[in-house]
Amino acid sequence: MSEIPVCKAGEIPDGGTRLVQVGPVEIGVIFHKGQYFAYRNICPHQGGPACEGLKLPQIVEKIGDKGVHLGQDFDENDMHIVCPWHGWEFHLSDGTHVIDKRHRLKKYEVIERSGNIYVAV
Amino acid sequence: MQNDAQNIRDLANEEFDTRTLLRNAVDQAIARKYEDFLIVDTDSHHYETEAFKEIAEYIEDPVMRYEAKFQGHSRGGITSETGSYQEIAGRITRYPMRKNEKVPPTPHRDITLMERWMDALGVDMAVMFPTPMLNLSNCPRIQVEVALARAYNRWLCDHILEKDPRIKSMLYLPFHDPEASYEIVKEFADRKGVIGFMVTSTHYRANYDNAYMKTYAALEERNLPLGFHAAFTWTDQSLQLCNRFIGVHALGFTWCNMLHMTNWITNGMPEQFPKLKTIWIESGLAWIPFLMQRLDNEFMMRTSDCGLLKRKPSEYMREMYYTSQPMEMVDNREALELTFKMIKADTQLLYSSDYPHWDMDQPSMIYDLPFLSEQGKRNILGNNARRLFNLEPVYSPVKLARRAATKSGLTS
Ligand code: FES
Repeated sequence: MSEIPVCKAGEIPDGGTRLVQVGPVEIGVIFHKGQYFAYRNICPHQGGPACEGLKLPQIVEKIGDKGVHLGQDFDENDMHIVCPWHGWEFHLSDGTHVIDKRHRLKKYEVIERSGNIYVAV
Repeated sequence: MQNDAQNIRDLANEEFDTRTLLRNAVDQAIARKYEDFLIVDTDSHHYETEAFKEIAEYIEDPVMRYEAKFQGHSRGGITSETGSYQEIAGRITRYPMRKNEKVPPTPHRDITLMERWMDALGVDMAVMFPTPMLNLSNCPRIQVEVALARAYNRWLCDHILEKDPRIKSMLYLPFHDPEASYEIVKEFADRKGVIGFMVTSTHYRANYDNAYMKTYAALEERNLPLGFHAAFTWTDQSLQLCNRFIGVHALGFTWCNMLHMTNWITNGMPEQFPKLKTIWIESGLAWIPFLMQRLDNEFMMRTSDCGLLKRKPSEYMREMYYTSQPMEMVDNREALELTFKMIKADTQLLYSSDYPHWDMDQPSMIYDLPFLSEQGKRNILGNNARRLFNLEPVYSPVKLARRAATKSGLTS
């Protein structure tokens, strides 16, 4: 396993993405609320560059008394990676598709050491 | 510390470019050796809104031309009838970003943008359709529909089809004016790159109306296919019950073609115009087995309803052509395989991407199907379209270069 340098800690702004090419594989490194996540930039749907898409929260439907619908909201605690080719959404936390967990983005470990960020490949 | 990184990209500093968005498609094309065979995309789009100033100049009526230039031609905001969020509120990034894509001054911007995605996907030739104009048939002013149809068709022939032999089109017929539709067939049938004519299916005129018979005859005589291009309109009364775009799109894009197919068959059009080829565009495939079964079942009890039919509805439907996208692909391999059998996909199915729209399909959606033979794949991806449209193949230069490099042993 090798550690691939990505950037200095703090270089990727909140919500930002860096893409690192390692041989034939491209990996997206995403910084969100103080945490780094890394996924292979290939969507299990039709192969789109998932990591290049928007990062948006889960949509929740608000249901009130007796089942009445009260509208929608964002659940900021469940951020998604949205593939830009067709909109498949994956949990930022583990890369699984939000409905069918059999579909997932390949996850890589991110290492922070001495002020530098690496992905373990 | 080992440094294997060859390249680092910072998304924040990148400009939108179709070739970057579709980089992974290039890898798919190389892995599957698309350079070995012809791929024809039978349903793709451009945004004529970007060239609308040019198109408006082609409107003959000076008052309407002035109006068109003043009003423009785009979809409205959240409160308007056409204010759909097809791009899933920005999640499909090419919708909001493509207008910023930089292109050289020549050739025409639409040609550059088309060729960029075609080369990435491995598509050699593509049938190009407009985008917002698919809803032109919902314009309440018939004279505007006719004027714009003529203007757009002239612009398309002059600026795109004349210039690029890889791009073809089936031209828009203003269906609410049967006489104008007939005139358009006569005016444009021989123009370069015109390989058929197209009706957008979101209209409220019955296709069996006597007023259209001479247009069908004119197409049949010229051996030019007639396409029914599905679309949706949120102005449809029943679809107005949908409060989410998924409902309007999933139902609208299939319902309109089911309606027109049913009328086409029950009124015996395939018997009246046996050589007129019809293409059912962008409704996916799942609706076809449903309608075949439904119509056959009722027809056997009500043959008296359809005096012109000599065979069951499904037998006529099996002789028609279908574009593949958006192919229903989720967890239904067996249903899909049966559908391919029922529609005789090997000869009747035409690959289509619908690029750049949100539900586009890569050629690998066809190429990777485990139940197709290599020949079946190649038929669907290109040969069927080549035969149907009488196409002289023009290959993507990118694929030709790849092929030459492979031959000379330069690549693996
Ligand atoms: S390729 Fe990612 S959503 Fe289709």
